[in-house]
Amino acid sequence: MRLTALIERDLRLAYRRRGELATPVIFFVIVTALFPLALNPDPALLRTLAPGVIWVAALLAVLIGQDSLFKTDYEDGSLELMLLSPITLEWIVILRVFTHWLVTGLPLVILSLLMALLLDYPTHALGTLVMSLFLGTPILSCLGAVGASLTVGLRRGFMLLPILVLPLTVPVLIFGAAAAGRAAVGDPVAAPLYFLGAMLILAITLAPFAIAAGLRISLES
Amino acid sequence: MKSWHEFITMGGYAVYVWSSYGIALVIMLANAILPGRQQRRLLKEILHRMNRGERSE
Amino acid sequence: MFVWFHKLASPPFFYRFAEKLAPWLGWLSLLVILAGLYGGLWLSPPDYQQGDGFRIIYVHVPSAWISMFAYMLMATAAAIGLIWRIKLAHAVSAAAAPLGASFTFLALVTGSLWGKPMWGTYWVWDARLTSELILLFLYLGYIALNHAFEDRRTGDRASAILAIVGAVNVPIIHFSVNWWNTLHQGPTVFFGPKAEMPPSMYIPLFIMMFGFMLFFAAFMLKRLQVEVLQRERNTVWVRELVEQS
Repeated sequence: MRLTALIERDLRLAYRRRGELATPVIFFVIVTALFPLALNPDPALLRTLAPGVIWVAALLAVLIGQDSLFKTDYEDGSLELMLLSPITLEWIVILRVFTHWLVTGLPLVILSLLMALLLDYPTHALGTLVMSLFLGTPILSCLGAVGASLTVGLRRGFMLLPILVLPLTVPVLIFGAAAAGRAAVGDPVAAPLYFLGAMLILAITLAPFAIAAGLRISLES
Repeated sequence: MKSWHEFITMGGYAVYVWSSYGIALVIMLANAILPGRQQRRLLKEILHRMNRGERSE
Repeated sequence: MFVWFHKLASPPFFYRFAEKLAPWLGWLSLLVILAGLYGGLWLSPPDYQQGDGFRIIYVHVPSAWISMFAYMLMATAAAIGLIWRIKLAHAVSAAAAPLGASFTFLALVTGSLWGKPMWGTYWVWDARLTSELILLFLYLGYIALNHAFEDRRTGDRASAILAIVGAVNVPIIHFSVNWWNTLHQGPTVFFGPKAEMPPSMYIPLFIMMFGFMLFFAAFMLKRLQVEVLQRERNTVWVRELVEQS
């Protein structure tokens, strides 16, 4: 019904801006590729670093992508219309974050397979790597959206956003990278993955309220 | 209970212990003095602007 | 009693109240801290493992405690300000932030200075210090956001959301950092397990913590006065106040 219509609309709009939305994905690939260049391309070293590098690159890429979450709508005035809509703002917001993740986060999850290849990450652990990113990137999107909602009205908001959001993402990074790292050496990965799952549920249920509140505050002036 | 010498040298850890306390002193003094100064400066500024018949912002 | 409490939320009443109370708290904190220092630096015997180096604990632990307490105060005041729309509550958050950040920084520096003689390096990625570092980033983010808005009211409300989100995150961050730390079996930081601390050690410690709390209260009130003045500069009561002084 109305909610699916919202998703469709968001996806259609995203498709029109697909160039802009490709930025996080390209960023992810470049950043990951920088590490072997900065360090030793020795496969053994890369293998040890791979989980951490991929995760940090994914984290930064998701953050980069948050700027486009509300900015264009803020600039053309459609954000104010969103606030006036009869549909509850919290729902609009969570669906927006979801579609944004589909377009910017999910590609990262898939591309991580390629990045794992570049960094000699063991193939038997790929499932866990993908799972960790699949669970983790939406959480990062939610946290990034909170920051985006608070900085959307600021002129240099995009510079402030990482400073605000990165400390909050530390738990996701810790559990995600731990899952990927432990899988690579054959250790059990249930614990970190479950923690990621728990944080995902927490993020999905609580973030919409913070994001909606942030948008209302940003637009009240 | 202890000698002055022991107190100053802190059993060999003098550098670390006294640096810690020194930095603590600096930070706490700064937090103690600066707000008072800011307050006086603000009051003066508001008075000044009032006298000039302006709204201060 | 409740009426008086209600009056406190009024900026002019609070301002005068703070003006009278802050000096008392300030001087009292000095006395208590001096007493604590006497007990901790002079009276208590050296630790059998760490010699006199353990005495850093008397600034490190109170600083770390205040850093946590100040953040919780900041977040609570932020929530009160948002829910009940009390401007003074937002001023409390803004006043607590720089003080809290200072103590977080102090906790990190003293923790680092403690680490060097004990474990050989100036920085150790143990759970406590890492959590404090992230807390510092949370503080800095709050302060940055608060000052990024031209309209102070919007800035207060936006950073209030950030403070609340941060506060919800803090237990999660602590938990994850602890978990991460046990994974990598870093050096177990000996901050003195409470069960084994003799009275000669923990009594001065509690005195110091109390003294730091008083210090925080006193100078947060001072800073709060500044914040109130900034927010209320165009009101009648401020003009009257300025004329009187």
